[in-house]
Amino acid sequence: MTLSPGETLGVVGETGCGKSTLGKAVLGIMPRNARVRGQIRFGGKDLLKLDDESFRRLRGKDIALIFQDPMTRLNPLLTIEDHFIEEIRSHEDVSRDQARTRARAALESMGIPESRMRNFPHEFSGGMRQRIMIALALVMRPSVLIADEPTTSLDVIVEAQILEILEDLRQAYKMALLLITHNLGIVAEVCDRVAVLYAGKVAEMGPVREIFAKPIHPYTQGLLKSVIHLETKVLSSIEGSPPDLADPPTGCRFHPRCPYAQDVCTREVPALLEYRERQVAACHFAKDFV
Amino acid sequence: MATETRSPAAGEITWESLLGPHTFLGRILNPMIQKRRTLAGIMTWIGLFMLIAFVLIALLAPLFSFVGLLRDPILPLCGSDYHYCLPGETRLVNQPPSGNAILGTDYLGRDLFTRVLWGARTSLEIMAIGVILALLVGFPVGLYSGYTGGRLDRILVLVMDSIYAFPSLLLAALIAVILGKGVLNIGIAITVIYVPLYFRVTRNHTLSVKQEMYVEAARALGAKPWTVIWSYIAYNVVVAIPVIFALSAADAILTAAGLSFLGYGIERPIPDWGLDLSDAQGFLSTGIWWTSFFPGIMIVLLTVGLSFLGEGLNDLVNPLLRKERI
Amino acid sequence: MAKRASLLAYTVSRLILALPMLFILLTAVFVVLRIVPGDPITALYGGRAPADVVAAARARYGLDRPYWDQYVIYIRQIFTLNFGTSLGEIYRGKSVLDTIIQKLPATIELSIGAMLVASTVGIFAGLVGGVNRDKAVDVAARLYGTIIFAIPIFWMGLMFQLLFGVTLGWLPTSQRFGLTPPPHVTGLYTLDSILAGSWSNFVDAIKHLVLPCLTLGLYLSGFFTKTVRANLLLTVDSDYAEAARARGVRRRAVVYRYAFRNALIPVVTVLGLQFAILFSGAVITERTFSWDGIGTLLLDSINSKDYPMIQGTIVVYAFIIILVSMVIDIINGLIDPRVRY
Repeated sequence: MTLSPGETLGVVGETGCGKSTLGKAVLGIMPRNARVRGQIRFGGKDLLKLDDESFRRLRGKDIALIFQDPMTRLNPLLTIEDHFIEEIRSHEDVSRDQARTRARAALESMGIPESRMRNFPHEFSGGMRQRIMIALALVMRPSVLIADEPTTSLDVIVEAQILEILEDLRQAYKMALLLITHNLGIVAEVCDRVAVLYAGKVAEMGPVREIFAKPIHPYTQGLLKSVIHLETKVLSSIEGSPPDLADPPTGCRFHPRCPYAQDVCTREVPALLEYRERQVAACHFAKDFV
Repeated sequence: MATETRSPAAGEITWESLLGPHTFLGRILNPMIQKRRTLAGIMTWIGLFMLIAFVLIALLAPLFSFVGLLRDPILPLCGSDYHYCLPGETRLVNQPPSGNAILGTDYLGRDLFTRVLWGARTSLEIMAIGVILALLVGFPVGLYSGYTGGRLDRILVLVMDSIYAFPSLLLAALIAVILGKGVLNIGIAITVIYVPLYFRVTRNHTLSVKQEMYVEAARALGAKPWTVIWSYIAYNVVVAIPVIFALSAADAILTAAGLSFLGYGIERPIPDWGLDLSDAQGFLSTGIWWTSFFPGIMIVLLTVGLSFLGEGLNDLVNPLLRKERI
Repeated sequence: MAKRASLLAYTVSRLILALPMLFILLTAVFVVLRIVPGDPITALYGGRAPADVVAAARARYGLDRPYWDQYVIYIRQIFTLNFGTSLGEIYRGKSVLDTIIQKLPATIELSIGAMLVASTVGIFAGLVGGVNRDKAVDVAARLYGTIIFAIPIFWMGLMFQLLFGVTLGWLPTSQRFGLTPPPHVTGLYTLDSILAGSWSNFVDAIKHLVLPCLTLGLYLSGFFTKTVRANLLLTVDSDYAEAARARGVRRRAVVYRYAFRNALIPVVTVLGLQFAILFSGAVITERTFSWDGIGTLLLDSINSKDYPMIQGTIVVYAFIIILVSMVIDIINGLIDPRVRY
């Protein structure tokens, strides 16, 4: 996957396809017993080769991550102000007062008044907590923001607000946004490009308009067909269920559920190739769908 | 693993029916075997072996004394060859460990090694009576109370919590004073202390299992309350019992020893670790250490063994408990 | 602040709620004592006195009255804080309340000292274990927590006496003092020595406190170790700790501010429940070290079936429990911002 400065890349997939792990892997905060392989190139460097301290400095400052469930992501014992002061002073050598001023500015831009800065997390609603999380993630002006299902646990109205905030901030700070979600509607509205994940592998990737209008990969086709509109008369879904990533199918991982699967699909893993301008797909028969 | 598996027919007794993954024994033994390399697994096995060792000591001690491998725990020793005293002879009081008496003699000239081994009998007897009775009372009551709920449940909880909140040693002392000395009476005192624990644990587990879908389903299918309680709830709750059993047994040993130490409980001259420690305390300042050290170390070993067993089982079985029901 | 006002209301309501429980406890004590075979009079005279003397003594102490009358007098006396005079052998004739108040500071000193030891050792061991999960240190911490509970307090006390008192001769093995005690202000010898400005008394008091507090303290530390470690394992992997790591907060800060502090909060709550264990332990420790406190008092009164003393001690104990659990609730409310009343 590639992410260019200032662009929004959506990452979609079903539950269990591995998209949530993506954020943690990029930031290097996987559990102790996890193994990360490959390359994560950022600013010319391979992140996986960084030493611990350099990686730490990068977190929150150059790349930020906001999580799905805001209710449990703040320390119950620290005030909101404390969270910010801690964050700023973890990366820069400033006084508490200076940090406090910046905290105030960041929070006010999110609509949280100064009078509430000394409140504790449990005194805020879910929507407000997510806004605090976003403010916290952006206070150091990172160049990349990874948002892991930021609105999934929020109601629709709050969701719209949060998305609007993200878009405004992105434009104001010229930030790249990696938006992980299972909601195709959000992708259509907010993202420039989208990567469709299936069973831990990229099935298709490209500009949102192209992918949604002319999907190549059968999985993407199935996904788009299952979206419900006002005119939907019959519910359509993809047969079967996502595979266990500990024991995935051979060859193309989608073949058990693919209506077009052939013998070659069970044996060979399809390569991710460009079939249209800037649109790549991993399917043996992609040419037939272009 | 067998290439074909079939459920045992009702009433059939096979390895599968006794130790299979759905049985009580199986659910305890399987983790013990599969996870034997983990700290929890190692602790469980060590604890089990230690417990078995002590039980063997307790069972065999009288036999060994009878055939002469051990001395008698009550008769004092005299003379340079450490023979049993004849009337008029001076006792070999508080002799240090030597070739004639491996652990030395106590303040009445009795062989300490023999007394220390016989002490296992007393402790295990008291512990067994106390904890088994507590189980027999606490488990069904907790089960019924948790399942039925209502006013009876509330009253029982109040009563049990009050007993539980009271310092166990003092409660036991009070009961011991009421009932008098002796192994059985102390056992009953222990029972009273631990019934609330069994009640609580059983009741808590019953409450959470009661909420499970399969219980609701069973009732919807018209199962009689007794069937629901036994086949569904008890079946799941009972797996937590061995852990509590081991841990309360460990605590019971300490409480019983504490009681004897304080002077309530066992009549002299029955060999009892706590009592012997109490008698030995007065001589400590003159440098007589063996009479204080050895009975105590036996208490430590037995309790450590039971604690290892309980804690190890807890780590092995309880995570499973949570996972299975999700 | 609104929280402080509601805190007061909460305290008062807790006190009021405690009354029925107190009542039940007092009644239970009364009943139990009447069931026990024998009574203070037989314990005192033990068949050595002629029947009419025994009967006269009984009448004098009101023990010949019907149980209901005795009960009413008992309850009335308690609520006027008149616990009567002791009937036991040692303290006969002395006011129960005075005796209890006299012995209480000794137990308080012991308990506080032991808690200091227990919390310091236990929290340290739990912290070290929880932070270094599954490494050698953690295994050591877990084993420590398990084994320390398996050692009977009296044996540990005896071994300490043996090692430090007899073999090495560094510390005294019994009693609260070797020199004359300092002038009585609070009854806490350490405090009184400081108030009287006597250094030698202070050192003496401390020296006598070391072994008993070490014994009881190490025993109780097992609880702290296990609880702190278990909580720490949860908080280190918590969502908020993960979020902090994702923001680039330093590891040390995450461990301390996110994991450790949050792990300690439940410990405070459970502490209150451990009070009964503390008391049992104190009783044994006092007996082992000939420590002249409430525990020894209670044991002596049980032995001589001294009803008034036993009843009085248990009432005081109940008050202390209620006090302690209230204090714990208040502390909990202060350190955990989520607690509301």
